[in-house]
Amino acid sequence: MKELFSMFWAFFRIGGLTFGGGYAMLPMLQKEVVEKFGWATEEELMDYYAIGQCTPGIIAVNTATFVGYKRRGIPGAIFATAGVVFPSLVIITIIAAFIQNFAHIVYVQRAFAGIRVAVCVLILEAVIKLWKSGVKNLTGVCVFLAAFILTALLGISPIYLVIAAALFGIVWGKTGAKA
Amino acid sequence: MNILIALFYEFFKAGLFAVGGGLATLPFLYNIAARYDWLPIELMPDMIAVSESTPGPIGINMATYAGFNAYGVTGGIVATFSLVLPSVIIIILISKFLSRFNENPLVKSAFTGLRPAVTGLIAAAGWQVFSITIFRFERFQASGNWLELFNWKSIALFAVLWLLLRKFKGHPLYYIAGAAVAGILLQF
Repeated sequence: MKELFSMFWAFFRIGGLTFGGGYAMLPMLQKEVVEKFGWATEEELMDYYAIGQCTPGIIAVNTATFVGYKRRGIPGAIFATAGVVFPSLVIITIIAAFIQNFAHIVYVQRAFAGIRVAVCVLILEAVIKLWKSGVKNLTGVCVFLAAFILTALLGISPIYLVIAAALFGIVWGKTGAKA
Repeated sequence: MNILIALFYEFFKAGLFAVGGGLATLPFLYNIAARYDWLPIELMPDMIAVSESTPGPIGINMATYAGFNAYGVTGGIVATFSLVLPSVIIIILISKFLSRFNENPLVKSAFTGLRPAVTGLIAAAGWQVFSITIFRFERFQASGNWLELFNWKSIALFAVLWLLLRKFKGHPLYYIAGAAVAGILLQF
């Protein structure tokens, strides 16, 4: 039981002290999981992290579930995952409540109008980064455009596009990549 | 109560199909906002800004924010729980049965299609924010004046922030805080 709580607390710190998730979380994970508690080796952690990236859901949550499960079974998975999620729940709930109460103030509205521009810049930067690592050839460009047009203009659910893209990758990987 | 059931069902689906981490959940949230009136689409840019400038995984932050606005504290908890649940189930199954999941050739080739598609999905979600921030389609339709089509203040701020980000990188928090100050001072 003691280890379950220290697992919760370690992942609580990881969730509460890293901004942005994903890659930003890796150094914290190494420090807590590998160096401090020895719940996994460096190689195991990198494996969990790599699998966390190619399974659905949030990478940080996937990694936490993996570490917790490998160490202490299903209770471990639940405690580690609850730990990594808990700080977000508290912090975001407080901020969202604050914004709801102050949204009618003109200065708050102006601040958020400015913030919207920053959000555009940040999303553009994220898309450029993803493009550089994921769109490697003309077929990739076509898949990108198809996904963009079908969701942005036709409003098709991303679920169908994710399934279609995975199937396309499997078929194309079998036929096209070798040619 | 109906909202809570819809929150569970929709965020569970998002957790099951959002691949790629970070902003990968965003296209699913736009899709939910387009179909239900308890999640207003105007909320999305604020949600992104708050989620990027606070600690914790962005997907979790966005789910809590959206859920809270739909149904208060309970809504935030239900949305986050539902988003996480499929991950927990899938990871437990994988660690039980498939030890080298990420080196599986089928998984690898699926990702040659998934990566560009996820990039396109996130770009489409970004376009939604972009179109309400940079363009003023309603004003243009009313006046027919091309100069009215663009929100010039936003374009200027966009250019400044973009150049700063290229030059200095740094945490999103700085750009969001800077843009908030600019919004107040320049009366956006």
